[in-house]
Amino acid sequence: MTDTGGRVASREAPRVSRPAETEPGVSVRSQGLAARPAKGRRGRRTAAAWGWGLAGILLVALVWETYKLLAPADGVLIGDTRVLPRTTDLAMPHIWDMFSRLAEPVTRSPSAQPLWMVVGLAALTTLGIAAAGWLVGVVVGIGLALVMQRWRIAEWGLLPWIVLSQTVPLIAFAPIVKSWGSRVEIGSFEWQDWMSVALIASYLAFFPIAIGALRGLESPDRIHEELMQSYAAGYWKTLVKLRFPAAVPYLLPALRLGAANAVIGAVVAEVSTGLQGGIGRILIQFAGQASGDPAKAWAPIFGAILLGLVAAGSVALLGVILKNYRRSEESA
Amino acid sequence: MKHSTRRGLAAGAFAVTAAFLLAACSTGSGEGSSSSDSAGDEGLIPVKLQLQWLPQGQFAGYFAAADQGYFEDEGLEVEIIPSGGDIVPQDALANGDVDFAIAWVPKVLGSIEQGANLTDIAQIFQRSGTLQVSMADSGIESVADFEGKKIGSWGFGNEWEIFAAMADEGLDATTVQIITQDFNMNAFLQGDIDAAQAMTYNEYAQLLETVNPDTGELYTPEDFNVISYEETAGAMLQDAIWADTDRLESDSDYAETAVKFLKAVIRGWVYAAENPEKASEITIAAGSGWGPSHELWMVNETNKLIWPSPDGIGVINQDAWDKTVAGALAAVNESGAHLITEEPPASAWSNEYIDEALKELKDEGLDVTGENFQPIDVTLNEGGN
Repeated sequence: MTDTGGRVASREAPRVSRPAETEPGVSVRSQGLAARPAKGRRGRRTAAAWGWGLAGILLVALVWETYKLLAPADGVLIGDTRVLPRTTDLAMPHIWDMFSRLAEPVTRSPSAQPLWMVVGLAALTTLGIAAAGWLVGVVVGIGLALVMQRWRIAEWGLLPWIVLSQTVPLIAFAPIVKSWGSRVEIGSFEWQDWMSVALIASYLAFFPIAIGALRGLESPDRIHEELMQSYAAGYWKTLVKLRFPAAVPYLLPALRLGAANAVIGAVVAEVSTGLQGGIGRILIQFAGQASGDPAKAWAPIFGAILLGLVAAGSVALLGVILKNYRRSEESA
Repeated sequence: MKHSTRRGLAAGAFAVTAAFLLAACSTGSGEGSSSSDSAGDEGLIPVKLQLQWLPQGQFAGYFAAADQGYFEDEGLEVEIIPSGGDIVPQDALANGDVDFAIAWVPKVLGSIEQGANLTDIAQIFQRSGTLQVSMADSGIESVADFEGKKIGSWGFGNEWEIFAAMADEGLDATTVQIITQDFNMNAFLQGDIDAAQAMTYNEYAQLLETVNPDTGELYTPEDFNVISYEETAGAMLQDAIWADTDRLESDSDYAETAVKFLKAVIRGWVYAAENPEKASEITIAAGSGWGPSHELWMVNETNKLIWPSPDGIGVINQDAWDKTVAGALAAVNESGAHLITEEPPASAWSNEYIDEALKELKDEGLDVTGENFQPIDVTLNEGGN
């Protein structure tokens, strides 16, 4: 009897989320019917999206250059307070100077690589560290959410601490993490400095993921939970068939926030702990050279922007994989 | 069909991204500091040295010692650890994260009064390299002229020479406006600061490699008034090698390692004095991001702070130490805080290890006083390139 019950549950359970699945089904068919026009329309829409994106960037560049051209060299002051920045080449280099600087070598040293390459490699290193931190954050965040969802008392006990954890300033514990890390040595495993940075990144990343996942796991209606109970579905079955699919719309924005936090955490922790090779390091290194070479200091900033875009884009890829479960996206 | 293809593509793209990231991660880890993996392979003693900032010409002697194999000759495998914004060398040393640390004397005096147990075992920089730079027409020609002006400082323990010099002139911190400087000289060049703190080997060079918008040429020394703290009562001892006091007393291996370490370091600094160009290249190869002319300037100016050392490089001069302590006792910062309130303990410095190292090096025929030291002339290019 129990056996049948289980089988019924497994066969019937997907029907719970049927409303979600019918839509893509319909759209597949309609796409099939009108494949060509739909494709053309999507192509046009993609082009438009890129066009608007590009226009946005151009607008920023235009505002920058117009302000630089028209505003007084000493900026705009109200009383003694400067409300708009100076427009000197030192404070605001020309856009074209910043970009042409990217193509030139970092220094005149014969071994110097072009600036864009140095920034790109540094951004890749930081991206790797941030990704490691993000993964740890995902595991810890979802793990905590599962525990909190399962036991109410765990939620009461843990949630305040999770919120509290984010009020500790990063610069306060970065040196402590590094100091602890330098003493970890288990067998042939030796703690590397980049792991401290990844740990700090995960510390920032896990928070939105834990909160988002908890809200998502708790999002199914009472009626759906009771339906699962009536099928005699246990905790795990309900989790896999009901709670996880229902959590996806909450989880995706949380993962994106987590990715952004991981990148910020990695960059700040690199500066804080003095890790070589990443974007945080060249950020302060080039800031020190900004008097004699103002355009150079902007290159790592562009690198950091690119880094954020790639991180957010990677999570968007996850969204495509999980698209069946994305009815709507809730803000985390 | 199309549906699943797209999802497959996305999954593939995601997998590729993940693979890239992991690859980036593993290369990132390898790029750290030079050598630590093969510790103990050839019976070398692993030693960690904490610097107080990013790799740059200021530390050329240590990088030269590593590059030229002087550490290995002494049976040491030294890992040179650069610092970032929040890694305080004396804290890392007091916590036992590293074996030796480079730090300015006044900063460590503060830490010692807070309870750290550290010993200055070699005073590498014999002179202070701190300047206060103002524009030539500013009328600021001595510390007495600071009154009522906007004075720049980096803070974080780099400010005590300013307050010690001012205390000697009868000025306290409330008579000036202290403005925190960042990593470059832009705030000074744009007029937000009347007199900016600058190291001879770094920020002063940054000024000289910047184009003066009025002339279209680089700034020249004539454009600036320079006050050198070395010539004021505020002068304090700077880059010194610090060791853990308790370990020096209780661990004879550590004390022996300290002597070996100092020997190799001194060879490194002698190398940097004799071959500033090569030392500068070594530092760039070790991860310094400065342009070649700036790096060479830095090595050359650093050499001037070390050589000549009539007592021998690294020997702590009692008078200079006492002057630093007197300045540290007199200095009060803008929030009314003192750096130290009582004399540091006798264990705060010791010439025992450097004397032994110098004796052995002299027996080997090395000139450790730099009697014939001649600085070179360095021409700075725009942007330090």
